[in-house]
Amino acid sequence: MNRVVRKAADTVLPWLTLVTMALAIFMVFVYVPTDRFQGIVQRIFYFHVPLAMMSFAAFGLVAIASIFFLWQGSRFWDRLAHSCAEVGMVFCTLVLVTGPIWARPIWGTWWTWDARLTTTLILWLIYAAYLMLRTVSASGDQEARYAAVLGIVGAVDIPIINRSVYWWRTIHPAVLITREGGSGLGDPRMQATFGVCVIAFLLLFIWLLWVRNESGRLRDALEDLRQQVLARESR
Amino acid sequence: MFALIRKDLQIEFRTKETLASLLMLGLLTLVVLSFALDPTSELRLEAAPGALWVAVIFAGVLGLNRSFLAERENDCLQGLLLCPVDRGTIYLAKTVGNFLFMMVAQLFIVPIFVFFFNLPATPALAGVFLALVLGILGFSAVGTLFAAISVRTRAREVMLPLLLLPLVVPIFIGGVKVTARVLAGKPLADVAQWLNLMGGFDVIFLVVGWLVFEYAVEE
Repeated sequence: MNRVVRKAADTVLPWLTLVTMALAIFMVFVYVPTDRFQGIVQRIFYFHVPLAMMSFAAFGLVAIASIFFLWQGSRFWDRLAHSCAEVGMVFCTLVLVTGPIWARPIWGTWWTWDARLTTTLILWLIYAAYLMLRTVSASGDQEARYAAVLGIVGAVDIPIINRSVYWWRTIHPAVLITREGGSGLGDPRMQATFGVCVIAFLLLFIWLLWVRNESGRLRDALEDLRQQVLARESR
Repeated sequence: MFALIRKDLQIEFRTKETLASLLMLGLLTLVVLSFALDPTSELRLEAAPGALWVAVIFAGVLGLNRSFLAERENDCLQGLLLCPVDRGTIYLAKTVGNFLFMMVAQLFIVPIFVFFFNLPATPALAGVFLALVLGILGFSAVGTLFAAISVRTRAREVMLPLLLLPLVVPIFIGGVKVTARVLAGKPLADVAQWLNLMGGFDVIFLVVGWLVFEYAVEE
């Protein structure tokens, strides 16, 4: 059963992701009409928003996997949390890169301390620390426990951080009140493109998570084997 | 639990190391920030709250680092863990100890702060202390948990601020806001939402820390 799932994921996922992503790129650059007010730069929105959605989902999964790890202590949850944090980090970085590219021509500034931007930045900082904590802890059980503690505390903290930066900015006159006002995607072709992009990034996310998780599993299996060999040799 | 708190206080009372280093670092941060912010200008009222809280956070990180480094020497932490009490109790005792150290340091730092930034020494400063109590309680609630973790990692002293600073952003923003309002002569009711936020932060992280501390100290 496990082997079948693994085989299917290894063969189907990359191709499915490739095709959907190619379709998404085609739709973003060729199919979808250019936004009347924002011009060509608005097209980055079709990558930016799905990336943001996936990175938030990834960090949410880190918290869930961390809770399950502390509860059940199985390596599976630890690997899942680690993989989610790494993939989420890549996506979150891309969000912070694509955002300013769009913001410069539209808002006239690379960065503004808007609540949403600030929260994303702090999120990035927390999970950067999370990955660093994993590299500086003694590997194995200790690393997993420490990371799980941070995974949980971070997730509990995010709503509070969000609230505080929201109040922080809204007490001052808001630099920008809303972004697009609703989804801002009036044209059905825009909505279709956005939908395909969300699916494409979801697939990319699942695939990367899968690959990362598998490599983690293999590394653990290899470590187990090595321990067994060492134990036998010393006997 | 009180025995554990008393142990930390007694050690501190005999050596006065933590308190002295907290005070000196807080003082130095204020002095350095005075150079950066020009405390003679009219804008000092805007800059002062930030300076105070940066001093609090920097000194606090140092104090937290110390609180578990001392336990590491001679394997004191092992002995502590062998105590027939719940891990959560050890956590609460450590948090209260850290909170007390930082608060005592503030009793000296706040007057110095008022003195350097030439602020009006009104009874309204009680509001600043309220913010400090709430802020430092939350700071030590999260900080004690992560100090226990970072002390066992390879990059000990560096790791704690990296973990802690993004997590205490709400405390920092709230503290600066409340301090700024109080110094501007506004009533406390004006900042009730921030005080609530900080209070909520304290309660949430005391509970979370109490629950997960055992995973942070287990061998």
